[in-house]
Amino acid sequence: MSSYVGQSNGPFEWTPENQAKAEEVLGRYPADQSASAVMPLLNLAQRQNQGWLSTEAIVYVADYLSMPEVRVWEVATFYSLFNIKPLGKHVIRVCGTTPCALQGSGKILKTCEKWLGIEAGQTTQDGMFTLEEVECLGACANAPLAYIHDQYYEDLTPESMTAILESLADGDIPPAGSQKRASSEKEGQAC
Amino acid sequence: MLNPKDRIFTNLHGQEDWGLAAAQKRGDWQGTSELLSKGPEWLLEQVQVSGMRGRGGAGFATGIKCQFVPQQTEKPVYLIVNADEGEPGTCKDREILRHEPHKLLEGALLTARAIGAKVCYIYLRSEYNQPRERLEEAISEAYKAGLLGTNACGSGWDLEVHIHLGMGAYICGEETALIESMEGKKGLPRLKPPFPAVEGLYGCPTLVNNVETLAAIPTILRRGSEWFAALGRPHNTGTKIFCVSGHVNKPCVVEEEMGIPLKELIETHAGGVRGGWENLLAVIPGGSSVALIPKEICETVLMDFDSLREVESGLGTGGVIVMDWSTDIVAAIARLSKFYMHESCGQCSPCREGTGWLWRIMQRMIVGQASLEEIDLLYHLTKQVEGHTICALGDAAAWPIQGLIRHFRPELERRIAVYHQEERMRA
Repeated sequence: MSSYVGQSNGPFEWTPENQAKAEEVLGRYPADQSASAVMPLLNLAQRQNQGWLSTEAIVYVADYLSMPEVRVWEVATFYSLFNIKPLGKHVIRVCGTTPCALQGSGKILKTCEKWLGIEAGQTTQDGMFTLEEVECLGACANAPLAYIHDQYYEDLTPESMTAILESLADGDIPPAGSQKRASSEKEGQAC
Repeated sequence: MLNPKDRIFTNLHGQEDWGLAAAQKRGDWQGTSELLSKGPEWLLEQVQVSGMRGRGGAGFATGIKCQFVPQQTEKPVYLIVNADEGEPGTCKDREILRHEPHKLLEGALLTARAIGAKVCYIYLRSEYNQPRERLEEAISEAYKAGLLGTNACGSGWDLEVHIHLGMGAYICGEETALIESMEGKKGLPRLKPPFPAVEGLYGCPTLVNNVETLAAIPTILRRGSEWFAALGRPHNTGTKIFCVSGHVNKPCVVEEEMGIPLKELIETHAGGVRGGWENLLAVIPGGSSVALIPKEICETVLMDFDSLREVESGLGTGGVIVMDWSTDIVAAIARLSKFYMHESCGQCSPCREGTGWLWRIMQRMIVGQASLEEIDLLYHLTKQVEGHTICALGDAAAWPIQGLIRHFRPELERRIAVYHQEERMRA
């Protein structure tokens, strides 16, 4: 067993569906460059493993690609969207970089902290929510925003953020996108 | 102001459907086969004559960059689309990817033909999930219609297109870090030379271009490079997508003519500065990596590469971050220092250590907990980072602070004086 910093989550192998996906991913790169598939395959493994990479998943991907384990660990720990520890069921990532900060992302983060009873970087005791302050999400004209379940929630206010959290807690996935306009057009302009 | 008929990105806000049929109605994929049949030499010349400068931030001449790729080579040639948008203040490629994906794909095909590439990878940040879904769908539509794949557009040229997702590392927007990442490694920038055009992905000639740059190319070729070159000013030609964020009444993404006055951009397209123009404090005009400019410069400066360089800032990506008088300007820049500290890949000591030092000193500068000499020390430190690293992230961490000291030194001094006065009173 690998002796790095990861956590165990029991045996890992591709589901039949992901086995097929993994083969499709490998086909995108030259046959002698299969290491190129490491990021997409770690992403696939992470999605199969409740949003985080267990030690078994990392070792499995290393074996699958015939890569030294340490190379896969390097990748898994370099990129901020790979998690080597379990996170909550709903991960709330609030952008905090300057353009969002100017538009009140601090208040959005505070709203989340207050509503969830945790600070940024923590997970609620029931394992339902993880809250993170992240760096630029690249949607600055729709600031402030949060990235939740692969979707952007844009043009947030403390009120709309609260409604989103309530909705998630109720087991719903609230409608994504801007909470007040179609896209990034000047507000009020026909789109 | 840009005449609507000169707009390239006519569906920038998703006014219409993004799919193939609607894109073709707007003019995408029209006569692509004829353009391809004119051959690489013609294609490269047109790009050069258009005066297009890369829209990813550095502003290097696209035509020249393309010509660095050797025409005669035994190795495969790769085209990589840099869709790892993440420069704070920048959100233009996202709009192209989700509302105009076919412009990008057509531009990729034409560019691939020009440099001799048969495989194109689109390195897309994975947080852009809606853009990814649409891009995947657009690629599939284009394959089915014979526009991509074997004998693309009936031209005899083949092009495979694949998406490769980035996993949350700003540094991978730097082209050699991107290539390392694509090879399955940590995103650590490479020493240049060799340049990617000669030795890039898998050691093969590789061209890495920004989404906006490539997506503009089909229109340039159809309407003529002279048309593009006539927009804007010499050496700063064409249209540009600007992203206006921060303290404006109506933040937006908008395509305008290169060289539009900053004031006009803010007032016409973004509903003006919150509280009126007089309430403007400063603007970061080209994404977080360029120096801020105070209001008096904003009054007259033009939004292009050379005009902004003359005022010791830059056009960068066209991400315009507006700050009114309510802004804690030191905290706003300090937050960028935190960003660069977080995103430094750690390879070069001046950047790995320096970005942390810069952030820690900036934290103290916010409250004035410093000595006056430390302002010069901070400036000196930025100069120790700038130019001493493999890639430009170190420079990007240095420039915002240099801009702050250049234009807001009295504010830094005032905070230090207040802090020391309060300390004396406490004693």
